[in-house]
Amino acid sequence: MSRLLTLLAFLCAVSFAAVPAGAQDNPPEAAAPAAMAPAAAPAAAEAPKLDSGSTAWMITATVLVMLMTIPGLALFYGGLVRAKNMLSVLMQVFVTFSLVSILWAIYGYSLAFTEGPFNSIVGGLSKSFLSGIGPDTLSGVIPEYVFVVFQLTFAAITPALIVGGFADRMKFTAVLWFMGLWLTLCYIPIAHMVWGGGFLSELGAKDFAGGTVVHVNAGIAALVGCILVGKRVGYPREAMPPHNLTLTMVGASLLWVGWFGFNVGSELAADGIAGLVLVNTQLATAAAVLGWMFIEWLLRGKPTMLGAASGAVAGLVAITPACGFVGPMGSIILGGIAGVVCFWACTGLKHMFSYDDSLDVFGVHGVGGIVGALGTGILMSSTFGGVGYAENVTMMGQLTTQAIAVGTTILWTGIISVILYKVVDAVVGLRVPEESEREGLDATQHGEAAYHL
Amino acid sequence: MKLVTAIIKPFKLDEVREALSAIGVQGITVTEVKGFGRQKGHTELYRGAEYVVDFLPKIKIEVAITSEMLEQVIEAIEKSANTGKIGDGKVFIFDLEQVVRIRTGETGADAL
Repeated sequence: MSRLLTLLAFLCAVSFAAVPAGAQDNPPEAAAPAAMAPAAAPAAAEAPKLDSGSTAWMITATVLVMLMTIPGLALFYGGLVRAKNMLSVLMQVFVTFSLVSILWAIYGYSLAFTEGPFNSIVGGLSKSFLSGIGPDTLSGVIPEYVFVVFQLTFAAITPALIVGGFADRMKFTAVLWFMGLWLTLCYIPIAHMVWGGGFLSELGAKDFAGGTVVHVNAGIAALVGCILVGKRVGYPREAMPPHNLTLTMVGASLLWVGWFGFNVGSELAADGIAGLVLVNTQLATAAAVLGWMFIEWLLRGKPTMLGAASGAVAGLVAITPACGFVGPMGSIILGGIAGVVCFWACTGLKHMFSYDDSLDVFGVHGVGGIVGALGTGILMSSTFGGVGYAENVTMMGQLTTQAIAVGTTILWTGIISVILYKVVDAVVGLRVPEESEREGLDATQHGEAAYHL
Repeated sequence: MKLVTAIIKPFKLDEVREALSAIGVQGITVTEVKGFGRQKGHTELYRGAEYVVDFLPKIKIEVAITSEMLEQVIEAIEKSANTGKIGDGKVFIFDLEQVVRIRTGETGADAL
C-alpha cells in the first residue's frame, strides 16, 4: 500500500512539477471549445445542418473503434497471457464492451455530455435513456445518435484496457462489478471534465481524442489494480511467456488501423483537420515502433515482435491527445520519444517498483498518455509545425494546463479506483484462489478451454 | 523381443524412418518431446523479461522388434540420425516381455 502511494505521489509530482511559477501565464479560457464538445446551436446564427459526408465517415469511424476493442484489444491481450487464461481475457473484454454499451445508453452519455448542477465535474440526467434524442436530432453536423455511439466506443474501450493490469488472477464477477462502478465514477466524470463542458475544458486543456480521458485514466486504474490484487502466483520467478504473439500482432494491427477511427473520428467531421490527424496518427505510430525496436535492440540484443507491437500501441497512445494540434514532424518526434520512454516504463520502471502489471497497461497507456498530454503542450507550438496556441496562451501556460489535466486525472482516478477495488473486494472478493489460478481461469471461471489440441 | 527407443533431432525423422523401412521394420511410434543433454538451449525475451529455455524439441521413436534384428536396427538409427553435432540424441534398448496384436489376438513374434 505504501508503495502504491509512493508511486502515485511520484506521478503527481512529475505532472505537477511541470507547473512552473509562471502559472499566471495562462488565464483560464472561457468555455474553450474542446474538439469533442457537441456544438450547441448558437442563438441567432445559422443552426448546423446534417452533413452526410461527415455522418457517413463518423459511422465508419465508430465501427473502426469497435474493431479496436473486439477483437483488436481482446487479441492483443489474449496472445500475451498463458493459454490457460486466453478465454478469460477475451471474455472480460467482450463482456465489458457489452456492459458499458448498456450503461452508456441508460445514464452514461447523459452524465458525460449534458450540463448538470455540478457541471465543472459531471453532467446531469436530462438525456438519460437517451431521452430527447431522435433520428433527426443533431450534434454538430452529424446525428446525435451517431455521436452517442461514437462516444460509447470510447467509454467501452477505456475500462476494457484495465483488464490487462489484473489479467490471469481476477474473478470474473469482480471484473463485472468493478467495470460498472469504474465507468460511472471515474470515466464519466473525467470525460465530462475534459470534453463535456467541465472545468478542464474551461481551463483550455488540449486532449483531441482522449489521451487523458482514456489512456492515463485506464493506466492509473490498472496500476492501482495490479498492486491491490497482487502479483500473479509464481511471478517473477516462473516463466510466463506470451502463448501466442501471432495473435498479439493481429490485435496490435487491428488497434493501429482502428485507431484512425478513434483519432480521425474525434474531429467529428470529414474535413482538413481530419486529414492532419490521419497523417499525425500514422507517423507517430511508425516512429514509436522504430523507437521501441531500436532501443530494445540496443539494450537487449534483439528486436522483438512484442517490442514492435508494444511500440506501436505506445505511439498511438501518445499521439491521441496531440493528433489535431501538432504537425506531422512533431508527430514523429512525439512517437519516437513515446517508444523509448514506454519501453523504459515497461522494463526499468516496473522493476524499480516491482509491481506485476501483467500486460503493461500502465507502462504503455498510462505513461504513453502522460508523454502525449505533456508533449501536446510543447509540440502544438507553431515553432514545431503545430496549430499554435490560443490567444494569450504561451507554451509554458499550455504545458501547465496539460499537467493540471493529467494530475487531476491521476488523483481522481487513483483515489476512486482504490476505493472501488476495496469495495468490490469486500463484497465479492477480487482474486481467485491459488489453485484456480494454477489451473487457469478458463477452466475455473468459464468452464471452457481455448484450445483442444 | 526388444523395444528400441531413440531420441533424435526432429528434422532427421524422415531419414530414420526410411532407414528402418529399408531393413524391414514395419511399425513405428513417434512422439514429440522436449529435452536436453549437453546441448544448450536459448534465451527468449519478452518486454525485457528474459527466460532461459533449456528444453529443445526432439522426436522420440519407438520400434518393437525381434532380438535378432537388434544390431541392424541400432546401426540403421545411428547412421541415419547422425549429424556429428551435439544434440544428435540417444538410443535406449529395453527387453520386451510380450506383444499382442489387438485385431487378431496374435502374440509374440507373430504380433510384431
